[in-house]
Amino acid sequence: MSTLTMPPADRGVLERRVQIARDLQAIVPGEGVITDEVRLKVYESDGLTAYRQVPMLAVLPSTTAEVSAVLKYCHENGIKVVPRGAGTSLSGGALPLEDGVLLGLAKFNRILDIDLDNRCAVVEPGVTNLAITEAVEGDGFYYAPDPSSQIACTIGGNVAENSGGVHCLKYGLTTNNILGLEMVLITGEVIRIGGRHLDADGYDLLGLMTGSEGLLGVITEVTVRILQKPEIARALLIGFETSEQAGRCVADIIGRGIIAAGMEMMDKLAIHAADDFAQADYPRDVEALLIVELDGSLPEVEHLVEQVTKIATKNEARTLRVSRSEKERLLFWAGRKAAFPAIGRISPDYYCMDGTIPRHRLPEVLAQIRKLSKKYGLRVANVFHAGDGNLHPLILYDANTKDELERAEAFGADILKLCVAVGGVLTGEHGVGVEKRDLMSTMFNDHDLKHQQRVKCAFDPKGLLNPGKVFPVLHRCAELGRMHVHKGSLAFPDIPRF
Amino acid sequence: MDSGLRPQDERHVAEAVAWAASGNNSLTILGRGTKRSVGRPVDSEYSLDLSALDGITLYEPEELVLGAHAGTAMKTITEALEKNRQQLAFEPADLSALLGARPRGAGSIGGILAANLSGPRRIRAGAARDFFLGVRAVSGRGELFKSGGRVVKNVTGYDMCKGLAGSWGTLAVLTHVTIKVMPAPETSVSLIVGGLDDEAAVALMCEVIRTVHEVSAAAHVQQPLTGRSKVAQVSALEAAATVFRLEGVGPSVRHGTKKLEARLRKAGALETLASRASLKLWREIRDVHFLARPGDRLVWKLSVPPACGAAVVGEISSALADTQALFDWAGGLIWLSVPRDPSAHAGVIRKAVAATGGHATLFRAPANMRSALEVFPPLAPGADLLARRLKSGFDPNNILNFGRMYAGM
Repeated sequence: MSTLTMPPADRGVLERRVQIARDLQAIVPGEGVITDEVRLKVYESDGLTAYRQVPMLAVLPSTTAEVSAVLKYCHENGIKVVPRGAGTSLSGGALPLEDGVLLGLAKFNRILDIDLDNRCAVVEPGVTNLAITEAVEGDGFYYAPDPSSQIACTIGGNVAENSGGVHCLKYGLTTNNILGLEMVLITGEVIRIGGRHLDADGYDLLGLMTGSEGLLGVITEVTVRILQKPEIARALLIGFETSEQAGRCVADIIGRGIIAAGMEMMDKLAIHAADDFAQADYPRDVEALLIVELDGSLPEVEHLVEQVTKIATKNEARTLRVSRSEKERLLFWAGRKAAFPAIGRISPDYYCMDGTIPRHRLPEVLAQIRKLSKKYGLRVANVFHAGDGNLHPLILYDANTKDELERAEAFGADILKLCVAVGGVLTGEHGVGVEKRDLMSTMFNDHDLKHQQRVKCAFDPKGLLNPGKVFPVLHRCAELGRMHVHKGSLAFPDIPRF
Repeated sequence: MDSGLRPQDERHVAEAVAWAASGNNSLTILGRGTKRSVGRPVDSEYSLDLSALDGITLYEPEELVLGAHAGTAMKTITEALEKNRQQLAFEPADLSALLGARPRGAGSIGGILAANLSGPRRIRAGAARDFFLGVRAVSGRGELFKSGGRVVKNVTGYDMCKGLAGSWGTLAVLTHVTIKVMPAPETSVSLIVGGLDDEAAVALMCEVIRTVHEVSAAAHVQQPLTGRSKVAQVSALEAAATVFRLEGVGPSVRHGTKKLEARLRKAGALETLASRASLKLWREIRDVHFLARPGDRLVWKLSVPPACGAAVVGEISSALADTQALFDWAGGLIWLSVPRDPSAHAGVIRKAVAATGGHATLFRAPANMRSALEVFPPLAPGADLLARRLKSGFDPNNILNFGRMYAGM
């Protein structure tokens, strides 16, 4: 296991463990509180399995009132709380704490209302992403963000992480697709934000909550926007000899004013792994493979397919196929969607990175990654959301080989620093969590981080919700609140006045 | 207010704010001042005018990204985008006529984002805040900070762009913004059904936007407001106009038009507006042209679940004579003009809106009324507590647009 510094455990809290469990059982009766070691082990990690920690205990409430009472109790007793949806986080967002209560929201699994007139659905946070689409597709609707883990990940976790997927350029991330929330503050106070109308009033708490990684509040209800399904979708599978050509093709498509529903790129190692795994019939002798999905009305899609074909040909595409049926379109996607497990088949372990870069920097970033791959002696496969610049290099390693994990982590950190250096960011959709926490200072200076933490202080002044995540150093709120003023005159007396 | 500061760059802004904070001199934050009359009047010693923070710093059409100093005029940005057949998809309004402000196009990009103002395409493309990718800003502590970046997909840290969008300059002074831009549609067509009452119009709009994929906007202009349109086919209607806009590539718009015409013919008399007239009409709707005059009437902005739009206006009109409504966002956005009254009829209006979970803002009213009344929707206790804590974290000395959104903060 990799080393990671987490906030020091509170011995006083650990000594009171039995009493705390008893008190929480009074709030969440029956099977709602888990204390035995074996059952707690289930929660020891999330999708980022390199880090593990069994929580002090787990609580599984099933009503907002219970969540509120549990949080209020923890707040009054100075107990840390780690919220958890389905535990599919790839950044350790749901990693438990030794002295913390793990708050599982799995029992919040009901769809409360489907309101087609107002094009929204009201759901509990434990409902899976895919279940929302399944509930509305009979009426011709769907929920747009589609992270790869959509069969398992929950909407509450999606909101906490601001999850994306392969359709972000056209349809946005989670933050662009939710209308309202019910949430509980660490003090137990229940707050409703937004609703079935557009643009919540007051400060944009909805925007701050989305992607806050469980540090600001616990979500107990979500109102999501649902969209009508396009009449038709078609995908093009385009192979290139170089990633530069593929990259230019993407730029030309967008430059022509075409916003594709999805544009995905894979490099050779990823193409082969995905094709072996899913038998997607991908061309195997190309260096870069592009999947371009176009959706809309039939005449629109036909028109766009023609345009994209022209652009691909101009960029010297080696192979080009257009899906002729829904079955074939899904087959094109099957390889890409299975890319992660496919890599898992050719390597004992892999480490999935998640930087975003300005698209036109792709060729140089890929070249640099190849260099780093040599330097660290580890193979890497690249999967790229080409439409929105989100890059997922998958570093192949073997945890049982001495220091390979450490090398993989150092390799990954170098990739992320590279993303920042070319004008990109550390994480496009997987979150900071514990994984990228200590890299935050490559992107943000002290002022930037302190202002973010002032948001944290407004929601959770004692810092009890999911501590140890996102911020490399968590300043005490009292210290952040202080105002350092230097009485005096303007240092820039030349600012014009009028 | 007696004196103004006009910083030349963001370092100046930080210095000016730090200076103001040290002496507890409150500041009115102005992009270009076109929306100054929105919100509670700010009683400040100085104004901080950002119009010198001017100019586009980054524009890469193929990357769909544009960066600009916060004081850059919208006109500058719109013109640069038009040259590349691109646009701001959230269709920002120019409310200068409604608010009696300076000439058209004078507002700034920082002002648009600080107010989170979005136009008719909001229902399809998203709000201003959804296109706000990166920010540099100075908080009330006089400290410059940044958040976000220039890429669409970014979850690194809290989304401070959203936190600042719609904060009306009360948390921080925006100095530089990066936004996502989109291709402009190749063509646009509008279809108008004449003579529907509010209820039928809203029902039709809700039905259409969930069935015809290409509709990018749906609005309903009551009679006699239609008479104020400069688009002949609308003013000649002498009846209410329910308008649908189709946008996109030619084949798609033609296909959508055919489908939509078939449905709309059953609803009433049908008019079709081609590109130029369509553009003009949607600009009138976007800019609330229909309610601009007479300028002494009060104007409310209501956001409600779209399907409730007609019922809300019905309830208000039955309690209050002489109301006029412009419905946008398929019924979800209502611009409501009411006669002048010291209460601004806030009780009636907010009660009708509250039943739907929505909210109402007193958007245009004389200063004395705006200082006496709650202009922005009153916050529930929990949200109020968070808002106050955010304000004191970012602006502990209450020097930035103090009281503009809520009294005492």
